[in-house]
Amino acid sequence: MSALLEVSGVSVSFDGFRAINNLSFSIGEGELRAVIGPNGAGKTTFMDIVTGKTRPDEGTVIWGERSQSLLKMSESAIARAGVGRKFQRPTVFEDQTVFENLAMALKKDRGPFAVLFSNRSAEDEAAIERLAEEIGLADQLPRTAGELAHGQKQWLEIGMLLAQEPRLLLVDEPAAGMTPEERDKTVAILREAAKSRAVVVVEHDMEFVRNLDCKVTVLHEGSVLAEGTIDHVTSDPVVVEVYLGR
Amino acid sequence: MTRAPFILRHPSTLVFLAILATFTVGVTVLSEAVGLGVISTSFVKTLGMTLCFCLIAIAMDIVWGYCGILSLGHFAFFGLGGYMIGMWLMYARTETVVIDALSAEAIPPTDAEIVAGIGNQIFGVVGGSELPAIWAFAHSLPIQLALVVLVPGLLALLFGWLAFRSRVTGVYLSILTQAMTLALALYLFQNDSGLRGNNGLSGLQNIPGFEGAGQDNVSLAFFWASAGMLALCYLMFAWMMSGKFGSVIRGIRDDEARVRFLGYNVEGYKLVIFTITAIISAIAGALYYPQAGIVNPAEIAPIASIYLAVWVAIGGRGRLYGAVIGAALVSLASSWFTGGQAPDIPLGFYTISWVDWWQVLLGLGFVLVTLYAPKGVGGLVDKLVRKSA
Repeated sequence: MSALLEVSGVSVSFDGFRAINNLSFSIGEGELRAVIGPNGAGKTTFMDIVTGKTRPDEGTVIWGERSQSLLKMSESAIARAGVGRKFQRPTVFEDQTVFENLAMALKKDRGPFAVLFSNRSAEDEAAIERLAEEIGLADQLPRTAGELAHGQKQWLEIGMLLAQEPRLLLVDEPAAGMTPEERDKTVAILREAAKSRAVVVVEHDMEFVRNLDCKVTVLHEGSVLAEGTIDHVTSDPVVVEVYLGR
Repeated sequence: MTRAPFILRHPSTLVFLAILATFTVGVTVLSEAVGLGVISTSFVKTLGMTLCFCLIAIAMDIVWGYCGILSLGHFAFFGLGGYMIGMWLMYARTETVVIDALSAEAIPPTDAEIVAGIGNQIFGVVGGSELPAIWAFAHSLPIQLALVVLVPGLLALLFGWLAFRSRVTGVYLSILTQAMTLALALYLFQNDSGLRGNNGLSGLQNIPGFEGAGQDNVSLAFFWASAGMLALCYLMFAWMMSGKFGSVIRGIRDDEARVRFLGYNVEGYKLVIFTITAIISAIAGALYYPQAGIVNPAEIAPIASIYLAVWVAIGGRGRLYGAVIGAALVSLASSWFTGGQAPDIPLGFYTISWVDWWQVLLGLGFVLVTLYAPKGVGGLVDKLVRKSA
């Protein structure tokens, strides 16, 4: 099976500090993957590299069946190619309504003039309502996003990502600051999302990762320390020492 | 699902257009040209010029209030628009003067003699007699009108492309726009810039072909043109910002990186906004300077663009009518205070003369608005409307 995303031999240093050290990682179409690791293991930098925010010093990042290199593409071009990213803190457009937030994310032509002369169609509205249903915000559409509760903002952001219809979804600590019920719902949303696309979840919370019930990659000091089922990695003595032992 | 027409979904636009129409008709009825003669021709000019300031203010509101780019260079585009139309006004008028003067001679003048005469008339003041190459199209009104749009538009496109592509943002971008403005002003100050150095272009209030019409009628015509252009551009900007395009623009202001990760080419959007607003600023300038009568490099100096930002801040960013209120209020107050109409305040030991103290008052007003009404005068209007609703 060919991989959807193939990261190999990637290294990046900031002021002499090796944030990512010869990292290799690959994920297939429609796979759900959790990435765990202690602070400073390079989880966020890894996402920055895949989404084009940070350029690595060496290594390759290959995308899709046409084996495109993502390293030469701008952030927006990578996003259009099908990589969606959710940030650690919920970043929605707080001044705008839930509807406007979702409308902006909907997969459509992104060119300035195409957007300027676009008309909101009935299908778009139906798609937005369906999405809002999926993330549990159906009755919140006309509200300003800034008024939503923290958990609702997280879901809105996930909803915006789903609206983009990415083939790969990168999710950074989705459960941070959530109540237990909100966590359960987030797990359900992510597992549902992974049915039709690849999803990478970066998470601290072990219980959350266990609930995701998927393959786990453990990062440490910028490279992969272990990979396998949650039971496999949690029983690995090295992993226990560097991560779980703390 | 059908939606109500644009104008009905945005009642504030409708209210604005109604007020503007009433104002325009009111001034016409009270003018010397066709009406009761209560408003002097010079005040009609002041009002017409104020409308041009309102026009550049809404452009500034789009680029700063909506898109978050604090440009300190939009008055440069305004001035350039004035120069472009000024070249034709000055050339065409001088041409009539020269032909009149030469027609007294026994032999009819050749075309070359007429052109030489025009060159002498216009450039004698800076010690030249040749028409520089940039005046090649000055004889043609349609071409100079096209240049009103093209020259500032291309300058904005080039500048914006270089700046946005390098991801220059925030205060650094403001400084860069200011540097561009200063460089342009300094260039125009030179006598050999081809635009008469610090003399600038003058006599622009005399519209060739309308010498017999009288300034009262000409002023009123420009007042109407300014009002019409303001209405048109207000409508256009309101429409642009009402839909998804407006969402993206406001998104760029609030969180540029997030918009990028949604797949939008942020630089492209900024470039579109920067260039369109530069063009509208230039059109405002092209309407303003025939009413002012003279355009010179001092008009382009960075301070003018800073005033523009102050108007928009006082009026309230991110709402078009706020920009209009700010520009009208501050520029009219400014001409009242600095025009010597405001009574001085004798304190015994010192007399507050408003010509000198107006700027202090303006500065104080700016500080107070920033501290106590960050949404500006337009924000207060919002509050009143919400309370009554």
